[in-house]
Amino acid sequence: MRSSVIVFPASNCDRDIAVALEQISGSKPDMVWHGETSVPSSDLIVIPGGFSFGDYLRSGAMAAQSPIMKDVISKAKAGTPVLGICNGFQVLVESGLLPGALMRNRDIKFICKDVFLNVERNDTIFTRKYAAGETVKYPVAHHDGNYFASPDVLAEIEDNGQVAFRYASEDGEVSEADNPNGSLNNIAGIYNKELSVLGLMPHPERLISAELGGSDGVLMFESLVEAFA
Amino acid sequence: MSEKEIMNNEGGMSQKDLIPEPVEITDALIAEHGLSGDEYVHLLEILGRVPSSTELGIFSVMWSEHCSYKSSRFHLKKLPVDGPQVIQGPGENAGVVDLGDGVAAIFKMESHNHPSYIEPFQGAATGVGGIMRDVFTMGARPVANLNALRFGEPDHAKTRHLVNGVVAGIAAYGNCMGVPTVGGETNFDKRYNQNILVNAMCVGLADTDKIFYSAAKGVGLPVVYVGSKTGRDGIHGATMASAEFDDETDEKRPTVQVGDPFTEKLLLEACLELMNSDAIIAIQDMGAAGLTSSSVEMADKGGVGFTMNLDLVPQREDGMTAYEMMLSESQERMLMVLKPGSEPAAKAIFDKWDLDFAVIGETTDTGRLIVHHKGEVEANLEVATLADSAPEYQRPYTKTAKAETITADDIPPTNNITETLIKLMSGPHLSSRRWIYQQYDHMVMGDTVQRPGGDAAVVRVHGTNKGLASTTDVTPRYCYADPYEGGKQAVVETWRNLTAVGATPLAITNCLNFGNPTRPEIMGQFVGCLEGMGDACRALSYPIVSGNVSLYNETNGVGIPPTPAIGGIGLIDDIAIQASLVFKTEGDVIILIGDTQGQLGQSLYQELQTGDFAGAPPSVDLSTELKHGDMVRRLITAQKVSAVHDVSDGGLLVAIADMAIASGLGAELRAAPDDIAAEAYWFGEDQARYVVTVPAENKDAVLTELQTAQIPANEIGVVSGSDLIIEGADSLAITQLTERFEAYLPNLLA
Repeated sequence: MRSSVIVFPASNCDRDIAVALEQISGSKPDMVWHGETSVPSSDLIVIPGGFSFGDYLRSGAMAAQSPIMKDVISKAKAGTPVLGICNGFQVLVESGLLPGALMRNRDIKFICKDVFLNVERNDTIFTRKYAAGETVKYPVAHHDGNYFASPDVLAEIEDNGQVAFRYASEDGEVSEADNPNGSLNNIAGIYNKELSVLGLMPHPERLISAELGGSDGVLMFESLVEAFA
Repeated sequence: MSEKEIMNNEGGMSQKDLIPEPVEITDALIAEHGLSGDEYVHLLEILGRVPSSTELGIFSVMWSEHCSYKSSRFHLKKLPVDGPQVIQGPGENAGVVDLGDGVAAIFKMESHNHPSYIEPFQGAATGVGGIMRDVFTMGARPVANLNALRFGEPDHAKTRHLVNGVVAGIAAYGNCMGVPTVGGETNFDKRYNQNILVNAMCVGLADTDKIFYSAAKGVGLPVVYVGSKTGRDGIHGATMASAEFDDETDEKRPTVQVGDPFTEKLLLEACLELMNSDAIIAIQDMGAAGLTSSSVEMADKGGVGFTMNLDLVPQREDGMTAYEMMLSESQERMLMVLKPGSEPAAKAIFDKWDLDFAVIGETTDTGRLIVHHKGEVEANLEVATLADSAPEYQRPYTKTAKAETITADDIPPTNNITETLIKLMSGPHLSSRRWIYQQYDHMVMGDTVQRPGGDAAVVRVHGTNKGLASTTDVTPRYCYADPYEGGKQAVVETWRNLTAVGATPLAITNCLNFGNPTRPEIMGQFVGCLEGMGDACRALSYPIVSGNVSLYNETNGVGIPPTPAIGGIGLIDDIAIQASLVFKTEGDVIILIGDTQGQLGQSLYQELQTGDFAGAPPSVDLSTELKHGDMVRRLITAQKVSAVHDVSDGGLLVAIADMAIASGLGAELRAAPDDIAAEAYWFGEDQARYVVTVPAENKDAVLTELQTAQIPANEIGVVSGSDLIIEGADSLAITQLTERFEAYLPNLLA
């Protein structure tokens, strides 16, 4: 699998995702500086977590205007899969590749902890190695992860099956008690209509071995490797 | 005229003859600069003339307690700073310790107390930013942040505001930098009501052959300014941090700097990128006293002079004077001396990261710091004098009187051990710190293998199987009651915490927070704590490689308890073989290592029962600590134990409760031995103790090994079920205990 990771000023999970991609796919991703104008030909483009441009203005808003994003958007529209994690999800929303918005967490504070997620569907390139409805553990680490969309957009996302992950209890029960940030419908991640672009707040790349506290993130990358084999 | 000409048009005149315009001296002006009358006389003697305004400002900050250590230096010299593992001890931006295989840990802790009380968010944020710069200026990538926080009593009117602000500030800065905040400690005590303490520690990793220092050796080299622009913020911050607070403290808000973690992240990446080349001869961050202290230190260590033209300094505001620029503490700035000719390549890197890069002067053979601004000479001072002339005081001190030993008979007894445990675990001292550390990204960088909440945090040394353990500790109430024993205990507790995860302790940094040193009893606390720390470091071969002193933590004549916060680091050879405090398996046997006399003086139990702390703190026997700790580490390395926790605040039952809460598993415990009062047994804070669990089949072997080594060890119970059951006492569901343990801080602060 050939992948490219877009690096913005103050991206800070770029190394983490590169380590995960190399560990699981066997090949190093290309690291692409935001000031470039074209992404090398890739099976997968990743927009990593961090605080691009310090989260100034609005998380992801300035990164969405970076020179590289024109090519990311055009490649995504032409079908190249894109994965945005945390700040990457915010950038995808700000750049219009995914619907909705990510607002400040319900209780106004940054939150870093493991959460449980239901994998809503396992027929996508990102989740094909998970079981349908499986509950997985990924960590969250964000200040602005409170997913919001207008009622029509939300209905459309739900009807189209665009919800990728929902915050849940360890047993897979979805309720407000296990919603860490106030996201509508406990949404932790969504796809575009074509299921080729995924944005999610939790960090699969942070739980990829037992010593880090779990390895539920591995299957996402194995899914992608299998999809591009 | 070009800048070059401005700086060099001294022509035939001797450099000494470029005398700046003297300032009009008044007593008020001298006092405003934090100088005593004697110190001003000293200044005149050195200079041989009346200083200019800029020069007075430069002396003021260089001679401030914060920069000069004038009250503490004499005693600091007595601390042990050497060891085979030490690459760089105190005196540089941070200490450097060898981790083997070509990798070094670079670390330091620093206080940001005064600013954090005045403006908690920015004060704490810039404290974190400053300590990270100290680490990456030496070539290390920061890999772990920790902190040590002291606030006033929980229901004090300002506490909620201060905790919220400080924690949010630490989070905002560290999280944006992408450096995990993995550990720390937080105390609440009314003696910090008017003077909170915010101590930030950073640990970084560098290649041993790529460590950068601040000595600007060589003449005719470009002096380069990089990073943020200079503004008027933080002028006299170092002087402010060297004075007591009074009722007008809130008016000092303008002296607090404002942090920009985004710029610092760019500065980090740009500096590390430049450090991959051989362009840098010397580098120093602009922290306290900004351009003044960075230029003086670099020039002094290099044995050169600096000529600088402030017209070339990137400025955020119009009309800044030389005085303001030399004293500004604007954040996220570095001063470098580069190899001539390397400027274009270096500038290209800083351009890429959208940071200012300006050649503002050059090194000279004059040995003088000469500052030009708008065509005038604003300062002309001999570097060596400036660096070495700061007063050094051997302030008078009175030793703290020894307090009486407290026994169980001195304290109203509890008739319900279980209820007492719940009260302790759900109160300000021992309740869960989750509310705090969940606001810190403690997993970014993908190497955190032991997260906050254990004895020590562990991050993997990237790309290897080694683990770097780190912790911060001090027990201020012990230090107040007996500075010498408290100083020992602070060092020893970090050493035990590192040991408890299986690490070999390597070295410490410290943040020495005390009251007003001109009061003999405060100076007595300082001297006592340092003697204790020094003895502990020597006994444990655990040297001090960096640190900082924060005095005048005092308001209207009332000082804080002595708080020598210690930050320790240790090395785990293989992270597959480490320990944690989590109970692992039902049926594991619980063993208490170490002797229990039931020392209740200064214990949390005593405060719970009597409303105050009194008497002598637990005594620390250093050879016993060494013996017990080395044994525990051997047991971990030999994989004979399944869980380990050191016994500290709150005593034995609290330690066991921590292990139960962390795992959700309960324990069945034997009653206290007959020869000791039950409350003294369960809640005494005797030192040199660990609770370990061992699989049942290892029990006899482990007990025999401990007995052979003549280390007191007793089987005290077994991991079992989901309740804590003490023989002869009420049982307690771990879920219930956990709920109370977790509820305290959210209820207090949310």
